[in-house]
Amino acid sequence: MIRFDNVTKRYDGAREALKGVSFQVAPGELAFLTGRSGAGKSTVLKLIALIEHPTRGTVTVDGRNLGKLPDRDIPAHRQQIGMVFQDNKLLGDRSAYENVALPLIITGTGEREIGRRVRAALDQVGLLDRERYPPRALSAGEQQRLGIARAIVSRPKVLIADEPTGNLDPDLALEVMGLFKRLNEVGTTMLIATHDLHLVERFGSRRIALSGGQIEGGAGEQAP
Amino acid sequence: MNVGSWLTRHAQSAVGALGTLSRNPVATALTVTVIGIALALPAALGVLVQSGRSLAGGWADVRDFSVYLAPGVALDRAEALAGELRANPDVASVRLIPAEAAAAELGKDPGFAGAMAALESNPLPHTLVVRPTEAIDNAALDQLGAEVRKAPGVDQVKLDLQWVERLNAVLDFLRRLGVLVGGLLIAAVVIVVGNTIRLDIQNRSAEIEVAKLLGATNAFVRRPFLYLGLWYGVLGGIVAVLVLLGGLWSLGGPIARLAGLYGSSFELGGASGGSVLAVLAGGVLAGWGGAWLAVSRHLAAIQPKVD
Repeated sequence: MIRFDNVTKRYDGAREALKGVSFQVAPGELAFLTGRSGAGKSTVLKLIALIEHPTRGTVTVDGRNLGKLPDRDIPAHRQQIGMVFQDNKLLGDRSAYENVALPLIITGTGEREIGRRVRAALDQVGLLDRERYPPRALSAGEQQRLGIARAIVSRPKVLIADEPTGNLDPDLALEVMGLFKRLNEVGTTMLIATHDLHLVERFGSRRIALSGGQIEGGAGEQAP
Repeated sequence: MNVGSWLTRHAQSAVGALGTLSRNPVATALTVTVIGIALALPAALGVLVQSGRSLAGGWADVRDFSVYLAPGVALDRAEALAGELRANPDVASVRLIPAEAAAAELGKDPGFAGAMAALESNPLPHTLVVRPTEAIDNAALDQLGAEVRKAPGVDQVKLDLQWVERLNAVLDFLRRLGVLVGGLLIAAVVIVVGNTIRLDIQNRSAEIEVAKLLGATNAFVRRPFLYLGLWYGVLGGIVAVLVLLGGLWSLGGPIARLAGLYGSSFELGGASGGSVLAVLAGGVLAGWGGAWLAVSRHLAAIQPKVD
């Protein structure tokens, strides 16, 4: 589903963020991308979302070589990927409902279908009773769950998350990870970037460890 | 996306843009007023020129000339001359005013009735009012007048184009001035709207970034800003029409009175339906155009970023 072949990314005038990285995530798999700050985790996710382009190598998502994707097809590619961000990137002047509805509005989904799917997503993350609340009226954990609801509302084949528990206390982090696990169990392919190794170890999924822009120990290892 | 959803999205964008305007009533009112005044000025100049054209009677009337036959020349001769002139390819029409008809007409005028009644005989000659074709130029018209002047029985040919030509030159100047000023002011409207939309884009850059991150196309991101520009144009156009109608209403009476004191029947014409539509269309085009310029220039610069 996600495949990196010898990918190198060098930012303008800076060091290489990724150096010849190769790995793949199979359809329906949940994999963790681990490493310290600056290891290259976010760069991997940016390349998948086409926020950045690789300097060398090939990134393939759902069978499509992203390097050959014309600019006009980038929005359609992003519509098929669910993204969860550490800072949530929620719209502060919109309600929880409107935030979750945004991906469906972008794809031109009908009003009735939007209502049905938004409420289903909010229900899935336990925020159905908060649909009228603006994000600022929600707790940090609720905001993170709202971000997840927005990422899953369009039923993406692939979900990527960048430090989704970075701002949460341990109990909330565990709760959010549990949510990811449940989503993965219904077939969503997931790649979650985190530096929290204790959390990764509790879920027993494959870990792709990055260090200094390179993969440690080959194409990834199964967490104990 | 089906047509129903597409229309719904556009309706939502249009209503959402109106909502954006209503949330900032003071700023919106100021911008709309500036646009309205900018659109009203060339429109007012247009009405002035049109009224002036009416005063001049239009080009065809302006080029009419009168042929006065000598006193005592018989009506038959006047009719014969009228026939000769009608046969001239440079002449569009000839109207014969017999001396008796002219005297009767003059006798109806209270200012002349007494004098006409006191006269023993009719001093007025038979008169021909000649309308040349529109194709004839001034030199040929002068030559035609000279030829008619030589015809037997003709006393005088009154071919006085100068004052109307001066008036029409002034009106032509005003018309061109209107086009120039109108063009500059519409450019100003485009800049005002463009700058307003640019600020709005800056204020909503976080929202635009998130939308692009979630897969929004350029068209999707652009749409609300284009509707915003459209509404600025529509509202500015409405203000312009109100300013124009208000101005015509308040100035129409005094101008007519002033013209009357100089013996002129000049009246400031009203704004026609076409003028009103033109002002509204100008507003819409300028608003939409300004928004388009702003989004084309500034939206591309906002790209998704993930820290």
